[in-house]
Amino acid sequence: MGRRSLASLAALAAVVLIAGVVQVPAAGQTASSATTGAKAWTPPRTADGKPDLQGIWSDNTLTPFERPKSLGAKEFYTDQEVVELAKRVREGRPGEEIEGAQLGAANPQAVRYDLELYGFDRTKLRYTSKRTSLIVGPEGVIPPMLPQARERNAARAAKNKGHEFDSHEQRSLSERCILMGQEAIPMTPGANEGNLLQIVQGPGYVTLLHEIDHSTRVIPTDGRPHLPQSIRQWQGDSVGRWEGNTLVVDTTNFTNMTAFRGSSENLHLVERFTRASDDTMIYQFTVEDPATWARPWTAEIPWTKTKGPVYEYACHEGNTMITTILRGARVEEEAALKKGK
Amino acid sequence: MRIRLRDSVIPGLTTAVFLLLAAMLSAQAPSYRAPRAADGKPNLNGIWQAVNTADWDLQGHAAAKGPVASLGAAFAVPPGLSVVEGDEIPYLPAAAVKKRQNQANWTTLDPESKCYLPGVPRATYLPYPFQIVQSPQNILMSYEYAGAVRVVNMGAPTKAPGDSWMGWSNGRWEGDTLVIDVTSMLDNTWFDRAGNFHSDALHVVERYTPRSADTLTYEATIEDPKVFSRPWKISMPLYRRVEKDARLLEFKCVEFAEELMYGTLRKKSSN
Repeated sequence: MGRRSLASLAALAAVVLIAGVVQVPAAGQTASSATTGAKAWTPPRTADGKPDLQGIWSDNTLTPFERPKSLGAKEFYTDQEVVELAKRVREGRPGEEIEGAQLGAANPQAVRYDLELYGFDRTKLRYTSKRTSLIVGPEGVIPPMLPQARERNAARAAKNKGHEFDSHEQRSLSERCILMGQEAIPMTPGANEGNLLQIVQGPGYVTLLHEIDHSTRVIPTDGRPHLPQSIRQWQGDSVGRWEGNTLVVDTTNFTNMTAFRGSSENLHLVERFTRASDDTMIYQFTVEDPATWARPWTAEIPWTKTKGPVYEYACHEGNTMITTILRGARVEEEAALKKGK
Repeated sequence: MRIRLRDSVIPGLTTAVFLLLAAMLSAQAPSYRAPRAADGKPNLNGIWQAVNTADWDLQGHAAAKGPVASLGAAFAVPPGLSVVEGDEIPYLPAAAVKKRQNQANWTTLDPESKCYLPGVPRATYLPYPFQIVQSPQNILMSYEYAGAVRVVNMGAPTKAPGDSWMGWSNGRWEGDTLVIDVTSMLDNTWFDRAGNFHSDALHVVERYTPRSADTLTYEATIEDPKVFSRPWKISMPLYRRVEKDARLLEFKCVEFAEELMYGTLRKKSSN
């Protein structure tokens, strides 16, 4: 609950503002050609001749990260099925869980910080491809975690258990505004919060600004090697290269605290950015971490061109939550002590 | 002879002196022509850094004892000349009092101690590099400190959607100079560790002028009628980080500020 409240409170200003300006296609509209790559499309070029990925993008989508079990190996919906699903979302009752739809913050919660409160229009939520899950392939789910990885993650959780309110160090990275869910790479959509990404290109660099926590990656494309292994960063070290019309970004050097879905510091991430049409970018990533999963796995997320502006998301600057949580815990301890006497 | 001297030599000398003066004056104006980007505009791409003590104090200052005794000379205040034109910051009387209070309590009050976004112009001369990534439509400035960032709009000027820490930047080219008009900044940022501050009426006009392949002249005119009696100006060179493989590294400083901000709220028995 704490985490949810923070995410909501910290994002409130940005969310409210974005709600008014983000233009999204009507529900049910799909970018079907985007994911199949059926249509040849020549992307525009920058002044120095590189594929031009620039603009403001949104990774909003209803497609769930993992495939609902009932769908088995079904990787794609038919056009008709997507239309029907979108209609169910549009007409769904608040609180109704819809299999095959990731409603995220659009789902009412115990503490009411849902999108309706912020003026969001549930009927604007949409599918951006016919995929049944963002994870590609016959399984459509994250491979089972290796026993050693499960132990590693369980040990970490156990260490924190009973100490959750001891100090700021025990709070989550997102609560502390160090690394929020959506800015952490690889970038995965939160169903409807401010998923705006702005790309600006200069000679030899592609920069990617994620609205969430003003997270900025300056990615060199000049073929330089990774940083030495001794330098570890929350967002790792990213180096890029062009493969035809695709920007391929290779990232290593993560910290042992970054832990993307339970990964280790040896996580190796490869992201591929390909424009598929004037208003669609295909963002694909593959994660590889032999200390966590037996095999690499891949997800594909269509991004939609949208209008700005990208707002400043000053999470830490407005973070009153850590203070409130810790003070609350200390007050409770004191009260308990008094009661015991 | 005497007459000829007065009639022709002196006017001739006067002309020569005038021409010499004119030449000296024009030498002070930027005669360097910057290399061009692919779109024909001056190419400011690169990683830049100020090499001065402006973040300690915009005005001239002698060396001083640092705020943390245990760090000894390692965190002493380094001396520095003023980057303020005329070395005077024209505070209104009440604001001058607040500036002195800020300075007396800077270790706890300075937004830099808390890893807050630095605002403009401070982002430029913090002791960390920043990178300019230039496209025809936008110029992105990525600052190592706190992962701060701003995107300068190079198209038709747009209006800020709201106030922010880093402000709203509209840019244009004036010859070789990148001129950025920055508005809509919150009043939470400072100019330096000496407590120099501003209100939400701050308006900054920055000028980035190439002066050689690896240096820029940075100027910022600061206007804030609630705090200052007149606009004032800072000026300093910026240097290119020319190291092979120079790059911005991650300085997500929140975790370095947490003990200062939340340390007193630790559970007593937990440490």
